[in-house]
Amino acid sequence: MAFRQIGVAASVTVALALATPAYAVTEIQWWHAMTGGNNDIVNKLADDFNASQSDYKVVPTFKGSYPDTMNAGIAAFRAGTAPHIIQVFEVGTATMMSATGAIKPVYQLMKDVNEPFDPKAYLPAITGYYSTSKGDMLSFPFNSSSMVMWINKDELKKAGVAEIPKTWPEVFDAAKKLKAAGHTTCGFSNAWASWAHIEQFSAWHNAPIGSKANGLDGFDTVLEFNSPLHVKHLQNLMDLQKDKTYDYAGRGAASENRFASGECAIFLTSSGYYATAKSTAKFDFTSAPMPYYPDVAGAPQNSIIGGASLWVMGGKKPEEYKGVAKFFTFLSDTNRQADLHQKSGYLPITKAAYEKTVKDGFYDKNPVLQTPLKELTNKEPTENSRGLRFGNMVQMRDLWAEELEGALAGKKTAQEALDAAVARGNAMLRTFEKTAK
Amino acid sequence: MEKSVVFNNKLLPYLLLVPQLIITLVFFYWPASQAVWQSFKREDAFGLTSEFVGFENYQSLFAQPEYYASMLTTLIFSSLVAALSLSIALLFATQADKNLKAAGAYKTMMIWPYAVAPAVAGVLWLFIFHPSLGTLARPLRWMNFDWNPLLNGNHAMILVVMAAVWKQISYNFLFFLAGLQSIPKSVLEAGAIDGAGPMRRFWTIVFPLLSPTTFFLLVVNIVYVFFDTFGIIDAVTGGGPAGATTTMVYKVYADGRLGGDLGGSAAQSVVLMVIVIALTAIQFKYVERKVQY
Repeated sequence: MAFRQIGVAASVTVALALATPAYAVTEIQWWHAMTGGNNDIVNKLADDFNASQSDYKVVPTFKGSYPDTMNAGIAAFRAGTAPHIIQVFEVGTATMMSATGAIKPVYQLMKDVNEPFDPKAYLPAITGYYSTSKGDMLSFPFNSSSMVMWINKDELKKAGVAEIPKTWPEVFDAAKKLKAAGHTTCGFSNAWASWAHIEQFSAWHNAPIGSKANGLDGFDTVLEFNSPLHVKHLQNLMDLQKDKTYDYAGRGAASENRFASGECAIFLTSSGYYATAKSTAKFDFTSAPMPYYPDVAGAPQNSIIGGASLWVMGGKKPEEYKGVAKFFTFLSDTNRQADLHQKSGYLPITKAAYEKTVKDGFYDKNPVLQTPLKELTNKEPTENSRGLRFGNMVQMRDLWAEELEGALAGKKTAQEALDAAVARGNAMLRTFEKTAK
Repeated sequence: MEKSVVFNNKLLPYLLLVPQLIITLVFFYWPASQAVWQSFKREDAFGLTSEFVGFENYQSLFAQPEYYASMLTTLIFSSLVAALSLSIALLFATQADKNLKAAGAYKTMMIWPYAVAPAVAGVLWLFIFHPSLGTLARPLRWMNFDWNPLLNGNHAMILVVMAAVWKQISYNFLFFLAGLQSIPKSVLEAGAIDGAGPMRRFWTIVFPLLSPTTFFLLVVNIVYVFFDTFGIIDAVTGGGPAGATTTMVYKVYADGRLGGDLGGSAAQSVVLMVIVIALTAIQFKYVERKVQY
């Protein structure tokens, strides 16, 4: 009796399940790593897209930190249950693009489903990072940022620093003044140690991080950031670390609140820190371009981007790809991009959205948000400043930071630390090259 | 006359063992053999290409000076954590075993930290001792003590050891307490009548009678520090500064998950597996002799 009822219920369920796809919308799974206010933005984008049409439904799922999300995607691919769209941070680019077959390049996707797509509409400083050397866009930029120098204007004034420092020597001077004025534990500092002192530092000074245009032109790239310029910079930091005129603040973004708390009045971190700074800093603050060494010819060059892009996974159905393409077109809409930029602090990805924001006079009121764009477009990008693409970059960043820590703790000389970072990094690149053939 | 039950069916004992054997095979031997097999291969993160490379992963592993450094770190870390968590837990257990007024509440409080996930425990300690945020780090700095686990390897090590010990004390406490309560009171009273003081009674009666528990906990704690502590290390130091808290298991995680080097990571876990098997074998062969059941 009971069994029969269950049997009937089961067959009804099965029938319903089988019948559903006939009139259901196509679901597009989107895995992302956005927290807090940015998570709301992701959900709002999906809701708006779903409301704008009835054929497709984008379903965003939060998967943890950037490395967590990327690993979840890789594991899902191996298990045959990959999502359609996955948000991968910029350092995962080489790993993703080398996975031929696992991913569907964006330019290919747009062509396959006949979606109108003009790669020239996007800001080259941003899309260049996610494109092949021929200019084919591989992934769709979502949230982009760059590194800027955050300034506590109140404290600088108190310490008698009249102008916002532009060069590294000026920053060191200002930090000494700040220290004398009571900032005993931190004259200046930065988050993202490797990103600041190796990646951005190199691009900003038009010095190579590695050969083959920082790896953009091939996986047989060799690291080169143990040059005299890099050694000099690290040596300066080491000298200043001794009395905390400079104070190391870790590999990630965890110490960003040393700026908002007022402890460090000069602090280099992502331009994406804007939303947090706005809500937590109780003083007059602004952002300025990263400092440079004036004796380096051509400096400052241009900065490179950080943040994340959306990768489309391979092996999905054509109608699902159609939905993904529609969603990307939706994201590229000028008003939407401008709005996204002005609310989140992340960079606009299309030229039109940037121009609209300028025309609206937004930057007159919020010059802070224009700093990263000015840095990115400061000069025409060179081989050394177009971007970077190293395999195993996620772990390599930690490895570089490890060596920087060794030097700053006084265990190694600047030259030894950078030589070791280059040698160990090269060993990882060779392992990657073998698997990425 | 006692009636003895004899099962003549030769198959039955094996049938009864089957569920246990299946679980052991599926959850222990199968993954372990997978790790061994993986360690001879080189594969990209997505599993798109895969080639057999023999012992190459092991060769490159033992060519890294960082790997030997992580072995030393593991040795320091595991001896500190095992010794501290066992001795502190024993101290607390002997105190809780006394006739206390609020013994129930005290015991409950002692057990709580065990319910905290390793990563959360790590974050808690990070908040207490973070150089610029920490509630205890500020007074330290104020006293002109340059507390800086971000750059000072020893400070970072102290921090992860504290977090790992704090978390493991509850578990050890529970077993020690149960062990203490099973020691017959009459033996202790006899000792007291013979004039042995509390310290003497502890070392000559309690401690030897506790030895089965201590031995069990020693084995469990070694396994704990070798495998279960990477959540704490990941949350607190990320293996830094300059690799000062990169233990062997953390390196397995970092190379495999962050680095996508599955072959190298598998080779490390095989090495780790061999070490733990050897350690456990040594413990059973030599330490167990001193255990009085």
